[in-house]
Amino acid sequence: MLLYLFKRMAVFIPTFFGITLLTFAMIRLIPGDPIELMAGERGIDPERHAILRAEMGLDDPIVFQYLNYIGDVLQGDLGVSVVTKTPVLDEFLALFPATVELSFFAIIFALSIGLPLGIIAALRRGSMIDYTTMGISLTGYSMPVFWWALILMMVFSVTLGWTPVSGRISFLYYVEPVTGFLLIDTWLEGNWAAFKSALWHLVLPATALGTIPMAVIARMTRSSMLEVLGEDYIRTARAKGLSSWRVVMIHGLRNAMIPLITVIGLQVGVLLAGAILTETMFSWPGIGKWLIESVRRRDYPSLQGGVLLISAVVIIVNLIVDVLYGVFNPRIRKQ
Amino acid sequence: MTEITSKTDGENPQMTTEQTDSGAVVASTEVVNNYPHPIVEFWQYFRANKGAVFGLVVLVLLVLMAIFAPLLAPHPPNEQYRDALLMPPAWAEQGSMLYPLGTDDLGRDLLSRIMYGAQVSLTTGSMVVVLAVSFGILLGLLAGYFRGLVDIVITRLMDVMLAVPSLLSAIVIVAILGPSLLNAALAVVITQLPHFVRLTRSSVISEMPKPYVTASQVAGASHLRLMFNTILPNCLAPLIVQATLGISTAILDLAALGFLGMGAQPPTPEWGTMLSGSLQFMQRAPWMVTFPGLFILITVLCFNLMGDGLRDALDPKLKR
Amino acid sequence: MTNPLLHIEDLSVQFGSFTAVENLSLKLELGEILGIVGESGSGKSVTMLALMGLIAYPGKITAKKLEFNGKDLLSISAKERRSLIGKDMSMIFQEPMTSLNPSYTVGFQISEALKVHEGGSRRARYKRCVELLEQVGIPDPTKRLKAFPHQLSGGMCQRIMIAMAIACNPKLLIADEPTTALDVTIQAQIIELLQSLQRDQGMTLIMITHDMGVVAQCADRVNVMYAGQLVEDRAAEKLFSEPNHPYTSALLSALPERSKGKNRLPTIPGIVPGPLDRPVGCLFSPRCFAVQEQCSGNRPPLELDSDGATRCFYPLRAEVIKSTELKSEIEGVDHQHDLEKTEGWA
Repeated sequence: MLLYLFKRMAVFIPTFFGITLLTFAMIRLIPGDPIELMAGERGIDPERHAILRAEMGLDDPIVFQYLNYIGDVLQGDLGVSVVTKTPVLDEFLALFPATVELSFFAIIFALSIGLPLGIIAALRRGSMIDYTTMGISLTGYSMPVFWWALILMMVFSVTLGWTPVSGRISFLYYVEPVTGFLLIDTWLEGNWAAFKSALWHLVLPATALGTIPMAVIARMTRSSMLEVLGEDYIRTARAKGLSSWRVVMIHGLRNAMIPLITVIGLQVGVLLAGAILTETMFSWPGIGKWLIESVRRRDYPSLQGGVLLISAVVIIVNLIVDVLYGVFNPRIRKQ
Repeated sequence: MTEITSKTDGENPQMTTEQTDSGAVVASTEVVNNYPHPIVEFWQYFRANKGAVFGLVVLVLLVLMAIFAPLLAPHPPNEQYRDALLMPPAWAEQGSMLYPLGTDDLGRDLLSRIMYGAQVSLTTGSMVVVLAVSFGILLGLLAGYFRGLVDIVITRLMDVMLAVPSLLSAIVIVAILGPSLLNAALAVVITQLPHFVRLTRSSVISEMPKPYVTASQVAGASHLRLMFNTILPNCLAPLIVQATLGISTAILDLAALGFLGMGAQPPTPEWGTMLSGSLQFMQRAPWMVTFPGLFILITVLCFNLMGDGLRDALDPKLKR
Repeated sequence: MTNPLLHIEDLSVQFGSFTAVENLSLKLELGEILGIVGESGSGKSVTMLALMGLIAYPGKITAKKLEFNGKDLLSISAKERRSLIGKDMSMIFQEPMTSLNPSYTVGFQISEALKVHEGGSRRARYKRCVELLEQVGIPDPTKRLKAFPHQLSGGMCQRIMIAMAIACNPKLLIADEPTTALDVTIQAQIIELLQSLQRDQGMTLIMITHDMGVVAQCADRVNVMYAGQLVEDRAAEKLFSEPNHPYTSALLSALPERSKGKNRLPTIPGIVPGPLDRPVGCLFSPRCFAVQEQCSGNRPPLELDSDGATRCFYPLRAEVIKSTELKSEIEGVDHQHDLEKTEGWA
């Protein structure tokens, strides 16, 4: 198992360095002079310009510049936002919990609906339930996320007035960030009204964001389950006189989960991409909205740092998925 | 698969035995002659999938709508009717048959814009995939055929590209190049590329050790001939399926970029761009939100349905 | 004799329009070993899966009688059936490696059977598992119980399957080609193990196989099946010395031991007919060496004789030849009308 883990790590470390190379190149590729870009519209006098160039090492050979960049990254220095003048890493860490909270509920939504739908569809293959489920699933992942968010908002917030339109929590409440997760923070404070408000604000964005993963999970669960249910060991389990529930859940689902874990892991990337749109739609103060704002404000250090950190998150999640895969699949664990 | 292998039959006699292995065990000559033409057989499988046929039919209608938009559309796409701002669809109380799906905040006819929007979405969507597939096949073939250092460099690069969520890398690329439909399309090509490279590479690697490749090698085929004439045709089936599904992803990503103001710029009647202006009119003019998105959904759904049908028809594993 | 352990009358299994098993009847006493022989596709396994209630949805089962241990399997509920199978009636399969769940330890899978049928404490179940592994000849049982199937060899997996099947001391054990997927040396060991277990426990054993050698080694009685029909039923010794059906005879002469001195091993030309190419007459007629005119036009009924039964117009042994006069109706048809109990298990 350890060896397996090391092997996976060996793949991920070069990938991470590859990404640093890309983000490094990204800043160089932006047309125009980086200092003028950073100075923004105010402009800068030539003398100061030269000093800054030397300070930032822009006159050094490109290899040195890259090595410097790597050195900074490894020390946690991702540069300073041009707009807010705060370190990029600090901004990211302040906003990240909001995105995690949203993504977590989105994936919970996706799993709690997608898994049962997929299982039922597989068990009732060819029935009306199966066709309906697959229809929902297909529609779900053909859906443009931003449009789906708009429709949900239009129906549930604007027309019916059931849910708040945007934000993480009602402006009536101020919650001191401890963990950054509003649900946890309000719960720690014992402020139930605020907790309820935060939860209520989560419903629509999480649904919008979770719809595509839900559709994918339902579909993959169905096909994985169908394959597993045809296996010899399922016949053995039936021949033991086990209840259908036990055959499907203990013997079927456990094995169907193995390919599903990879699929669910891949959804994290989809989720983060979706978060960019969903957060923008619902004014959710997370990483996705921040990135879009960075693009609009031409805050390139923030964009660069954000891309690097999000990729790091994706890589780490993939590593976790690989470990889980090993846990669920004894054939890998014991090698 | 059948369709493709049969094309190579002439130069690779082994393929015929491969074919019968997956098909029927009995291989007497009269029976072989009764096999339907590969295209006929493909169509029979495809037709069996009702969803796929439905997708195809609707898609043909959408394509016709796009091609004949200048004839079908009641108004020019960018003509502003100042006396008809935010008109509801024809069936609503204040609606008018002049503007069947209503008008937007500048008084432009929604239906006409959607029809011209189909032109934009369908052409850019398929162009993106054509480019991504071509470069993907090239890189995938190189990696899978030559292995070694070439493979390592290409595979690593693709791994890196896959680690960044596709929409995010598209946004970054557009941020570098500047927002326009062309740049957005280019960005989507780059984000789709790794999928096609990986797919081609893995099929090439699984085809390489097969006897028909060795036979061709022994017969003295050049690298180019082996790569493009011998191996590539046998890797096409999954690529065709992936390409169909790729068009739907491309349309979605282009619409998302348009929505974020990073793709097609107004007044281009692009579906995503049309939606980006509608947010503030959500309450007053829900039709502005509903229809462009509905057309994105329908188009993408059709490509996905067709992709499924193609998979069923082309994947020999699922054939009886 | 009044109450056989297993009593099947006119069992048919249909998949759509294809009849996999046709009007099969069978009576078995406790302690008997029955060998069911036939080529692949002859319906041997399907018969037994039907008995276990393991035929999945499109398959449809009909029978006049399907009784096990005095219980009518056609009328009991799914729950009652589940309490029978795996306990009083259990089965082992052809592919031991894929028949065990790859995600669970061997110990879990054996004790699961015990838990469902007999309950008892974890400790008691664990003790019983160790005992069972010893019984099936697995060395170092405590260690093996923690192993996953992929860590064991095929022969070892089949022993585990056997341990699982006999965990609740079944009255009937069905072994569906238990040795086909194994090495030749292991095959003999597994057959011996099954025989000795059968002797010790006094259970009934049904051995499905296409290997006449295996049947010769252990069976008391043999049923020969062809294309879903029972073609010959006879005591093993008699069957081997004087086969009555041409098919049985052909199977026997295909045994290497029986063709010493010949240049080539005799074979039966062709394959078992599939759903689409069933002949009108006797199902075996296209491949039969003794085929006559009547054979290709009509289907022969199963005729009882002095020591068994044969489905042939022209049986090989002269003394048991009965009237070859054709019955007005084919046997299968007149039963179709009075099928009273019909059940399909989804």
